[in-house]
Amino acid sequence: MNYFEEQDYTKEFNASIWVRLVKLTAVYRKEMILMLALMILNAAIDSIFPLMSKVAIDEFIVKNSYQGFPIFIAGYLALVFFQGFTICFFIINSGRLECGVVYTIRKMGFKKLQELSFSYYDTTPVGWIMSRMTSDAQRIGDVIAWSSLDIIWGVAIILIVTVNMFILNARLALITLSMFPILMLVSVLFQRTILKNHREVRKINSKITGAYNEGINGARTTKTLLREDKNFEEFAVLSGGMRAASIRAAVISSIYLPIVISLGSVGVGLVLWIGGGRVQTGLISFGTYSLFIAYALQIFEPAQQIARVFSEFQSAQAAAERTLSLIETEPDIADRPEIEAVYGGSVNPRPENWPVIQGDIVFEHTCFRYKTGEKVLEDFNLHVKAGEKIALVGETGAGKSTIVNLICRFYEPTAGRILIDGTDYRERSQIWLQSNLGYVLQSPHLFSGTIAENIRYAKLDATDEEIQRAARTVSADEFIMKLERGFDTEAGEGGSRLSSGQKQLVSFARAIIANPQIFVLDEATSSIDTETERVIQKAVDAVLAGRTSFIVAHRLSTIRSCDRILLIHNGKIQEEGSHRELLKLQGAYYHLYTNQFKEEAENKILQA
Amino acid sequence: MITFKRFWRLLKGNRLFYLGAILMAGLATLSAMLPPLVIKITVDSALQGLPLDAPAFVIRLIRRAGGVSVLARNLWICALAIAAFTLLSGVFSYFRGRWTAMAAENIAQRLKDTLYDHLQRLPYDYHVKAQTGDLIQRCTSDVETIRRFLANQMVEMARTIFILLFSVSIMAGMNGTLTLVSLIVIPILFIFSAIFYKQITASFLRLDEKEGELQTVLQENLSGVRVVRAFGRPKYEVDKFEEKNAAFCSLGILVTKLLAYFWAFSELLCFTQIGVTLFLGVTLTIQGRLSLGALLVFNTYVGMLVFPMRQLGRILSEMGKMGVSLGRVYEIINTPAETDTGAARPSLREDIVFDHVSFAYENKNPVLNDLSFTIRAGETIAILGAAGSGKSTMMHLLLRLYDYQGSIKIGGTELRGIAKDWLRGKIGMVLQEPFLYSKTILNNIRMARFGALDEEIYEAARTAAVHDVIEGFEHGYDTLVGERGVTLSGGQKQRVAITRTLIKNSDILIFDDSLSAVDTETDARIRAALRKSAANVTTFIISQRITTLMEADRIFVLENGRLSSAGTHQELIGRDGLYARIWNIQNTLEEEFEAEGL
Repeated sequence: MNYFEEQDYTKEFNASIWVRLVKLTAVYRKEMILMLALMILNAAIDSIFPLMSKVAIDEFIVKNSYQGFPIFIAGYLALVFFQGFTICFFIINSGRLECGVVYTIRKMGFKKLQELSFSYYDTTPVGWIMSRMTSDAQRIGDVIAWSSLDIIWGVAIILIVTVNMFILNARLALITLSMFPILMLVSVLFQRTILKNHREVRKINSKITGAYNEGINGARTTKTLLREDKNFEEFAVLSGGMRAASIRAAVISSIYLPIVISLGSVGVGLVLWIGGGRVQTGLISFGTYSLFIAYALQIFEPAQQIARVFSEFQSAQAAAERTLSLIETEPDIADRPEIEAVYGGSVNPRPENWPVIQGDIVFEHTCFRYKTGEKVLEDFNLHVKAGEKIALVGETGAGKSTIVNLICRFYEPTAGRILIDGTDYRERSQIWLQSNLGYVLQSPHLFSGTIAENIRYAKLDATDEEIQRAARTVSADEFIMKLERGFDTEAGEGGSRLSSGQKQLVSFARAIIANPQIFVLDEATSSIDTETERVIQKAVDAVLAGRTSFIVAHRLSTIRSCDRILLIHNGKIQEEGSHRELLKLQGAYYHLYTNQFKEEAENKILQA
Repeated sequence: MITFKRFWRLLKGNRLFYLGAILMAGLATLSAMLPPLVIKITVDSALQGLPLDAPAFVIRLIRRAGGVSVLARNLWICALAIAAFTLLSGVFSYFRGRWTAMAAENIAQRLKDTLYDHLQRLPYDYHVKAQTGDLIQRCTSDVETIRRFLANQMVEMARTIFILLFSVSIMAGMNGTLTLVSLIVIPILFIFSAIFYKQITASFLRLDEKEGELQTVLQENLSGVRVVRAFGRPKYEVDKFEEKNAAFCSLGILVTKLLAYFWAFSELLCFTQIGVTLFLGVTLTIQGRLSLGALLVFNTYVGMLVFPMRQLGRILSEMGKMGVSLGRVYEIINTPAETDTGAARPSLREDIVFDHVSFAYENKNPVLNDLSFTIRAGETIAILGAAGSGKSTMMHLLLRLYDYQGSIKIGGTELRGIAKDWLRGKIGMVLQEPFLYSKTILNNIRMARFGALDEEIYEAARTAAVHDVIEGFEHGYDTLVGERGVTLSGGQKQRVAITRTLIKNSDILIFDDSLSAVDTETDARIRAALRKSAANVTTFIISQRITTLMEADRIFVLENGRLSSAGTHQELIGRDGLYARIWNIQNTLEEEFEAEGL
């Protein structure tokens, strides 16, 4: 769900956006051409039906004869069937076009999302991306498939009817069309207002959704603050605004339609009056007379549609613009073309060319600053030998996570280099490094699917045997075997059916199944019971053996057993050494250690 | 039946609007049926000189004007009549639209307000268990379904019936046989569309499901982007998304196909009906049993009739959906709200006495078991206990967020007898996971006491050690909190919530583990400031930090819903128990350092 306010784009029609979009969806050109053809055909048949009545009147009634009547009936029915077929085809065709365009946009967007760097995700809320990929994509598909269909049909029918009328009687045709410009003008004005009103309604509506969300999530706080009445007052302002805006929108529509119909009736009246005179003088037949009356009514519907569709295009333009901005964003971190040619890109890896990773990592005069300008690391130097276990400790915001993110190449240094096994990692593809990483997050993220599928995520061709072994290595098999369906138990959306300790264990199993050479262990969850903690501790020991590992602010027992502990402060290494060495310093690490020791011990006692 | 009753109740206060709207719909329909009759008179009488076939008063009117020949010479009169009738119909339509909109939006607003208000007044426990997504869905999309029915479909249904009634009665006056034939396809059309829309609902549901699956993959991919990248799985994700994307696409095409068959076939039915009327009409006209003008009337009326009849099937299926939505909405409204039997409004700066207090959530093991103790006014009580030991629940009882067994008295008044709003107004409680509203920080704080001066707010923020943090933000106190503003860290949120509670000038203060995300030094600073500013206020602090606990007047240790021990720091470290064990951590640490040779 998305509670973001809808952005306003009141720009003029911008053809380049639509050209870019049509280019992107070029595969569906066949459907687009077919749509054009079918709609012209459909409009032509629609304009023939009144013509049939004319024929019936002039040929049979006026002549008082049945000659050719059976053929007429057959022709009419054939036309009905034919029209049925064109309707069937153009709906199917447009359905294909709509679904296809939406599909293509989503596909391109998703692929791009897999390539975009973390700096993009840092500045772009997930809700924003979701809206582009869901409702905006749908909106574009709707407009391309259905709104253009209406416009083609509308233009075609107006042209055909106009031509028909001019062939039969040019002066009467002009009279019939006399109301048309006024109608177009009125429609365009009204449709613009109607659309503006609808946008207003939608905007308030999303605020109301947000208010419900807040009202429900904050209900408990509301009770303790006695905020019920005040909250309700604020809500009533919103819902009252919604009511007023909705009524305004409905009333404007209620004025618009009668005006359109009345203008239409003026047209019909004019035809009745002036055409009637021509019937009296025998200039036109009764059939032609009735045909003009019918046409006078028929051209009003397409005029309204064209006006409506134009405003639809205008509002969909905003959706198109935003979606294109997503699809056309260039990732900050990209493999150079010659590198990608050898090692493959993130969606088409070429593992056969990958060198084996040893795990020797060097930070060489590395600097990093965020796009916002915030400096995190400056001239950072570090050499981690293959197989070494490094603990990173320090305050929040000291730069620990940045160091790890740089190692994973989620970000790249803004200056300096990072070498892996002696080579600047930009000389290799991202996917090469990332396929050799083991990574466990503080709040482990699992996907919908079974536990086995989640573990297999890191090694897609893993056998059941391998999965079980990985689970056993981290002692996850104990709890998994107790579950009713064992490894085939559904983890739920985001792993929601497992406890946080269980998720942690599954994520450990996932991290080691591919036997990565480099291992990253982010801050561990604090709220798990002692028993689980003991199991996880065992898992960690098993996981780290023989790999280059980085442990960020973890439990003391894990930190203690590391080869080297780095205390990071303001992007610099403030203290460095083994646990004992650092304790002896009696500095920042000593302080941190004693505090955390107490906290962990308290937890242990409380949960005993 | 129950749906109908609910629906009728829903219309309350707006029934007159609807009556008016339906009346207007009838008048508008009737007026819209007149222009074809004018055309008939023009064609038959003015142009062909046939005798007038019209209601008596119309004939009299025309005769008084000089007869049909005048009409023939002045065809503009007919033109004017058509325009006038259409305009009249337009005016009626306008009122129909206006009144329908007013009624529908009134009802929708009332429904939304009722839901919002009622949700806030549902018991605390309801919100502990609530599924936010489902509730929001009911409040938004279900209400929207109801509103749509009220705003469009209901009156549209009436209009369709009017069209049927009026056209049939007018046509029957012209030619009975042709009228019957003109209605031949209509029942088929109606039944066909009703069945179709009922069927297609299932397909739309499946489409929604598929879209949901697609969104889940997308959502999980976005929120798990670190995992995806860390394991080098973009290709796998692309394939997974492709599968869902393609499935949604092909089902979408399938559903559109069904719609295509429906539209094509129903269009076929509609035009067959128009054709059949035309064929027989022509025959009858040739035989002289029907005038040309009447044929044109039939032709127009059938056109006016068939398309709304096709829509009627859809309206019926929407009506079904509306009933379901109505049920879902009423499920919330019919859940009993929190009640308040208390009326007393005593001072709360008094002793608090728990006497054999127990509490259990519905049908579950007791959370609190036979608690008895007395707290003197102004005392500071620290509470220690494991998760699930009942600490928070004990505090919730004090605010009457739950009902209790036994007796709790403040200054001798039983808690049940005290008005809840009085109680909650006088007790300041900071929840474990405080909620900040999406307003500015200043307004978030001020909401606890409306008249609070800026200076008072800054003072409270200084006490909660968050003033400097807030000043450090780009927009200071005017910083917007939440999705569209700044995301505060857990510790910052807690401190803003503490500020908010401090501004309230409470008689009793409760901190439910609300400094857990704040570092130890800041924690100490806040407590020191609190001791000064709230010296005479009875204070409860739930915490696990020994430094926090030891400063309290008394410490309560809760284990499995029972008070296992209570006393001052000095008393408790002398006794064997949870508290002493935690206190001893310090020694363990020193021992460890010694063992390491430091």
